Amino acid sequence: MGKAFNNDEAPIDVAVIGGGPAGLSAATTLKQAGIARVVVFEREPEAGGIPRHCGHYPFGMREFKWPLKGPAYAAKLVARAKRAGVEFSLNTSVVEANRSGLLRVVTSAGPKSLSAKRVIYATGVRETPRSARLVSGPRVQGVLNTGALQSMVYLEGRRPFKRPVIIGTELVAFSAIMTCAHAGMKPVAMIEQNTSVTARWPTALFPWINNIPLLMETKLVEIKGGDRVREIVVRNGKGETRTIECDGVILTGQFVPEASLGRMGHIKVDPATRGPSVDQWGRCSDPTYFATGNLLRPVETAGRSWQEGKQTGLWVAADLAGKLPHYEQKAHPVRVEPTLIYAMPQRIYRNNLDAQDVAGMTHVQLRVVKPIKGELIASIGEHVIWRKNISAKPERRIEVPIAELDTSTSSNNQGEIVFSLVSQA
Amino acid sequence: MNFQMEKSPSQGMLSNDVCDVLIIGAGVVGCAMARRFTLEGARVAILEKATDILDGASKANSAILHTGFDAPPGSIELACIREGYREYQEIYKGMGLVKEDCGAHVVAWSSNEVDNLEGIHAQAHENGVMDVRLISAKQLQNAEPNLSTKALAAIAVPRESIIDPWSAPYAYLAQAQKNGAEVFLSAGVSGGKFDSGIWTLSTTRGTIKAKHVINCAGLYGDLVEEAVLGEANFQITPRKGQFVVFDKAASKLVNSVILPVPTSRTIGIVVFRTVFGNLAVGPTAEDQQSRCDASVDEDAVKALIADGIAKIPDLKDMPITALYAGLRPASELKEYRILPQAKKNWISVGGIRSTGLSGALGIAQHVFKLYQKMGLKHKKLKNPMVPIANVLAEKAHRDWQRKDHGDIICHCEMVSEREIKRALEEPLPARSLAGLKRQTRVTMGRCQGFYCTARLAELTKDHFETPLSEKI
Ligand SMILES: Cc1cc2nc3c(=O)[nH]c(=O)nc-3n(C[C@H](O)[C@H](O)[C@H](O)COP(=O)(O)OP(=O)(O)OC[C@H]3O[C@@H](n4cnc5c(N)ncnc54)[C@H](O)[C@@H]3O)c2cc1C
Ligand SMILES: Cc1cc2nc3c(=O)[nH]c(=O)nc-3n(C[C@H](O)[C@H](O)[C@H](O)COP(=O)(O)OP(=O)(O)OC[C@H]3O[C@@H](n4cnc5c(N)ncnc54)[C@H](O)[C@@H]3O)c2cc1C
Repeated sequence: MGKAFNNDEAPIDVAVIGGGPAGLSAATTLKQAGIARVVVFEREPEAGGIPRHCGHYPFGMREFKWPLKGPAYAAKLVARAKRAGVEFSLNTSVVEANRSGLLRVVTSAGPKSLSAKRVIYATGVRETPRSARLVSGPRVQGVLNTGALQSMVYLEGRRPFKRPVIIGTELVAFSAIMTCAHAGMKPVAMIEQNTSVTARWPTALFPWINNIPLLMETKLVEIKGGDRVREIVVRNGKGETRTIECDGVILTGQFVPEASLGRMGHIKVDPATRGPSVDQWGRCSDPTYFATGNLLRPVETAGRSWQEGKQTGLWVAADLAGKLPHYEQKAHPVRVEPTLIYAMPQRIYRNNLDAQDVAGMTHVQLRVVKPIKGELIASIGEHVIWRKNISAKPERRIEVPIAELDTSTSSNNQGEIVFSLVSQA
Repeated sequence: MNFQMEKSPSQGMLSNDVCDVLIIGAGVVGCAMARRFTLEGARVAILEKATDILDGASKANSAILHTGFDAPPGSIELACIREGYREYQEIYKGMGLVKEDCGAHVVAWSSNEVDNLEGIHAQAHENGVMDVRLISAKQLQNAEPNLSTKALAAIAVPRESIIDPWSAPYAYLAQAQKNGAEVFLSAGVSGGKFDSGIWTLSTTRGTIKAKHVINCAGLYGDLVEEAVLGEANFQITPRKGQFVVFDKAASKLVNSVILPVPTSRTIGIVVFRTVFGNLAVGPTAEDQQSRCDASVDEDAVKALIADGIAKIPDLKDMPITALYAGLRPASELKEYRILPQAKKNWISVGGIRSTGLSGALGIAQHVFKLYQKMGLKHKKLKNPMVPIANVLAEKAHRDWQRKDHGDIICHCEMVSEREIKRALEEPLPARSLAGLKRQTRVTMGRCQGFYCTARLAELTKDHFETPLSEKI
């Protein structure tokens, strides 16, 4: 049964960095596949990841066929992992991920080094802060991402303001509204830069949304105030500006993978997804590392991240049994043209796979910046290897079946696959 | 409310005693001044209007410890920078401070600029910085392989260094305090009178008496003189400088400080590493009226990013961690405005525009000499205590690397629970988020508080003047 991690025991087979839904399901799957020592390293006092901070529904439809609040969902995933025999090292930050599975971790007792045969890298996503959005104005208190707001409300029972403006309409803005309602905060407006709301809103939310003025095609251009936020300046599609009085700003969404371990170390990070560059088994540029969950790319739901973790668990188990193609083999690099934001995986093995090899991801995932209709084309050099008319939106992943890509035109098995989306006016 | 503590730095009445020297303003200059006068044996008190020290010009700068190679020859500024550099070199290790000798390159990007390098080289030698030398594009590429190949030539300045711009002044003031100086925060000077050789200054926390006053009020220096003396000897026009900070991964792209060929007005946009392991680009130079509005603006920031990428092309894939702006206390003249008024027992130390971090220790020595010239003497402390600063530099041995630091609160900057708790306590308690950031670096990393704001709100709940949160 579940036990705390003890460094003095047998060597670690698989170390999991990050105990969110993806890391937990990967670890559980590995134990169920008979792997001896699987340890989850989680820097927070409890495992569970982002859902632990989301005191609202609905989580767990995919995993438990029943809607749960985030913390209950997280607790169930942790309990399941413990039952499977996963070991936990909590309050433990992984601060370096070095070659060949050598990790540097820190607990209150200080730093130490450990190594594992394989490492699963599952550190999730966070939202873009004010700075990286280049919002003008002085530094003032009361500008938060949804994630910070949620942990303040649900974990600490505190609130930073009472009349915030919510920036963005991705699904996480829904969490922001729920969190405001829970903590007695009344949003004064919700602002979206695009012409349509990004998320498909759960209908249950309409009563709340109806009470919040929604400003479309409106951009946050400046935050003003002294010590705290006093007002914001917004600009609409016609270029007109106006101010909105408020005492806080919730910056929602614009997710970025938390890939700093990779960026600071040797694991290659893709500037497009901003997560590690992986092949169809999630293998990183150092094949002892496998990335999974939302770290792979922004952004999917908890349920989907959990599903990905489960597959990663199977792939890592297969790799330990020598059933993945050798990393050094020729693979096709994958890239996108500017209408698309990213493609994942960034490296695809084709043609030369062994029959006994375990299949990896079945699809390439792509995303667009704004709603667009057009023809999606995959090509290698001059040759179009796949094409299809699609209608895409920023919040929806586009999936291209890897099996349909005709890579036979690339005689050397390593021609670059380029995706482009040609818009139809 | 807490019961009033006697002579607490942050609340209650001020001291009844008459001190020898009263310093107005705890910017880097005031902190260095308090240290020098205390070490020389004077009874010192320092008044700061903000809840935390370093709340003016000293809150944001490029953190470069200059050698003075490009300072005006023969100026007080040059003398103070050179002496400041020398003293910092002498004391920093013993105080637990850092200095990274990364060196600098003044890079010429046009043939005009190449022509100017000779003059800069000659000036550096005239200023006594003899190791400065001209180098070719090829030598520059060897030293800085990630620099754009459009660089034509450069001057190498081997001893330009980077330091921690907050820990240093904190350490100066902590040493003064430890050796007897009194620090009064939230004590803004609003007026005063000089009577029979004694100054009585009125502040937001009551009055305080002193024999001599040194005005180090930085951005407000002239206003303090108008309020206390009736007229100011100089006028401050704040000059804003904005910066962009890139992800720590970017710091491996440069080794030295990349300086442009300066214009008559400003040294221009610099690409520099910080001791905290970031890479920054800035500052701009924008005159403004407000003495406190350090706003950033999108257009200026975008121009800085473009400038950075033009110089270091690989910056294009680097995420942005932070934006900030600082205000230089510029006066009508470039030269420091260090003006003693012997009849009034008053020394103005104003207009320390853009080299105050480097010059502070030298300025303090210079001012002490002026004070001695007024005929004043004290008995130098024999064995002054030297408190050790908490190191925050990336490459140093940090608190999280030691035992029993509690939880890591800020994961991006690796700030421990123990560091935060200590900073919230005496002797210089953090009483604003800005103050706590300067003392610990909490929330200053890549996530900008996404992961730690909630814990921080809890930990700081009874400490800040402007709290981060309230109980639901
Ligand atoms: C603010 C926010 C709200 C969201 N709301 C919803 C929602 O309502 N519904 C939904 O379905 N999805 C939501 N999501 C999407 C969310 O990312 C996924 O639900 C899911 O949590 C992703 O799982 P994960 O395991 O990939 O990452 P995470 O859940 O983010 O887990 C990553 C874990 O790694 C740990 N970690 C990170 N770095 C280190 C390190 N160096 N050392 C040790 N541990 C580390 C973290 O502490 C964390 O526990 C939200 C995301 C955010 C950011
Ligand atoms: C963009 C920028 C980049 C820079 N880069 C560098 C660099 O790389 N290297 C370098 O050496 N220097 C640099 N500098 C310069 C350096 O930061 C300044 O010279 C220095 O901070 C000036 O310090 P000060 O103590 O004179 O002023 P301040 O820091 O303004 O201190 C004055 C203090 O007095 C207080 N005060 C004001 N009025 C009152 C009152 N009435 N009563 C009590 N207290 C009062 C204020 O709150 C403040 O804390 C830079 C500056 C800027 C803005």
